[in-house]
Amino acid sequence: MASDKPVIVGNATGCLEVSTTVYPYTAWAVPWIHSAFENAAATITGVESAYRALVRKGVIKDEIRFIAFGGDGGTYDIGFQSLSGAIERGHRFVYVCLNNEAYMNTGIQRSGATWKGASTTTCPAGACIPGKKEFPKDLTKIIIAHELPYAAQASPHNWKDMMEKAAKAFEANGPAFINVVAPCPRGWRFDSSQTIQIARLAVETCIWPLYEYENGTWRLTGDSKRIAEGKKEKRPITDWLKSQGRFRHLLTEKWKHVADEIQAEVDRKWEQLKKYCEE
Amino acid sequence: MQPIAMNGDQAIAYAWKQVNPDVVAAYPITPQTIIVEAFSEYVADGLVDTEFVCAESEHSAMSLCIGAAAGGARTCTATASAGLAFMWEMLYIAASMRLPIIMAVANRALSGPINIHCDHSDTMGARDSGWIQIYGENAQEAYDNSIMAFKIGEHLDLRLPVMTNFDGFITSHSLENLSLLQDDDVKKFVGEFKAIRPLLDYRNPVTYGPFDPPDFYFEHKYQQVEAMSRAMPIIKKVADEYAKLSGRFYDIVEPYRTEDADFVAIAVGSTAGTLRSVVDELRAEGKKVGSLKLRVFRPFPDKEIIEALEGKKAVAVLDRAISFGATGPIFPEVRSALFDASERPKVVNYIYGLGGRDVSIEELKSVYNGLMTGRCDRVNYLGVRI
Repeated sequence: MASDKPVIVGNATGCLEVSTTVYPYTAWAVPWIHSAFENAAATITGVESAYRALVRKGVIKDEIRFIAFGGDGGTYDIGFQSLSGAIERGHRFVYVCLNNEAYMNTGIQRSGATWKGASTTTCPAGACIPGKKEFPKDLTKIIIAHELPYAAQASPHNWKDMMEKAAKAFEANGPAFINVVAPCPRGWRFDSSQTIQIARLAVETCIWPLYEYENGTWRLTGDSKRIAEGKKEKRPITDWLKSQGRFRHLLTEKWKHVADEIQAEVDRKWEQLKKYCEE
Repeated sequence: MQPIAMNGDQAIAYAWKQVNPDVVAAYPITPQTIIVEAFSEYVADGLVDTEFVCAESEHSAMSLCIGAAAGGARTCTATASAGLAFMWEMLYIAASMRLPIIMAVANRALSGPINIHCDHSDTMGARDSGWIQIYGENAQEAYDNSIMAFKIGEHLDLRLPVMTNFDGFITSHSLENLSLLQDDDVKKFVGEFKAIRPLLDYRNPVTYGPFDPPDFYFEHKYQQVEAMSRAMPIIKKVADEYAKLSGRFYDIVEPYRTEDADFVAIAVGSTAGTLRSVVDELRAEGKKVGSLKLRVFRPFPDKEIIEALEGKKAVAVLDRAISFGATGPIFPEVRSALFDASERPKVVNYIYGLGGRDVSIEELKSVYNGLMTGRCDRVNYLGVRI
């Protein structure tokens, strides 16, 4: 729906790839390629390079769009180099990170996108350590630092906002990046009926602000815009922590200071983002 | 064409220029770098209309090649040593997707300690990745192999990636007088690239690289086995056609003065050439010696090796690489092939030239002396200070 042009899809190793292409079946009605975990960007830009070459040679005349999907493990961590390289080279493709804040395809292990205090199987909350010790890296801002034509954060609870961003990404004349919060019932420990509610909560608590960066301009969108304008309440981070089993331990008196640190960090980054979007 | 002086790297870039591939994606690494430098000049000067991508790593270069070849483009790249090692995972994927990517490898030692000079530990380590491996002896062969590789890998009965290997610095950087083909002849020889089920044909969508559970994976691997089993006659056929065009014929294995020889040494790459002059010197002394150049290592030419070596008294396999805890990598394969010979020669291993250690005529003579006198071990280390 976000593009009326034919699309070719690349996919990193992950839940999306495994669940949609169990040989001899495929759920994809468009050309699709998965080669490895860490190279969705390099692989799809290889297809895009073939496209450029064959257009130049007159073999292909149609306009085609290219999109790659990766999880946060394949994007924030092991695939980061190939994504950064592909964006720097200016390939025209859309990269979508489905960010469920951990390696969920292999279990529930920490990634560079895992929030501080989250309990995963490689950073479990124990008697001495309250889950992940570090804050996640802010990948969307790192990607924006590449000064690409378009980047955004989106959430599935606001599908219209996401669709508009995807449409802009497809039409950007160069690389485009969309980071989508993707609540994982299994990894985050909540009932799957709550998935969209949890995604909404991520935005309402400002732990996952909706914004876009378009040709040098930062802009808040959706609920985040309304919160910044004072038209909607900014909910406390405890609402977020309470909603998921992975943060349950942070609600105890022992680890309250970690919850406070998370709130402080969310507030700091939210104020910083608002400033970027005002300029 | 008049002979022209080029080094091995330039010769490969020139071959690619004549082929004019759709996509070249590469990352610079010594001693391969001259290939991508020279090719980028052809791109800059508009002598090719290739989409040339300077990737941020060899891993991404091979990933790009996979995407490009699956997209439907004639694709090639070049690497060496650590760069090849960094591509490792993707080598298997390229082969399993049956993508005829052509890759030139300037053979170089692997770290550590870091060393930029020639040995074969890089490509010997990649032997199980499903790529055809052809080794060139000099810049002329590097050029000729590069052209033949397209026709081999892209053959509709094969569709396999091909590595064209040659010795780093020894061949990559040494100037030679080369006989080059005319551009039109090269283009006619390799023909138009015919993409099979390309991703860019969006009206007929295909899924590349799905999740393959245990109930199919083994069969898919067996299909690679079958494809590889078809390679040898195709490599021979392409060599025949190339000989008609160029006057230069390259066999799978190339015996030299072996017919009546009792003692034979086997090598790949530039050492095969040195061995021939050693054979000539020893023959002048009346010694019944010969040599065998192993040109194609994957698929492995068991039959050709038996034909050439059956009934010899002793054979030395020269390996420019080690499999730690075992022997050199070519040695056990030659030995295994000869196990099926009716008259089995004694087969010993000489490991030599690691990290660019020079190999002299005298040392190679000592290999034959070892064979002739029986004063050699099962595994010998040539030219190392022990």
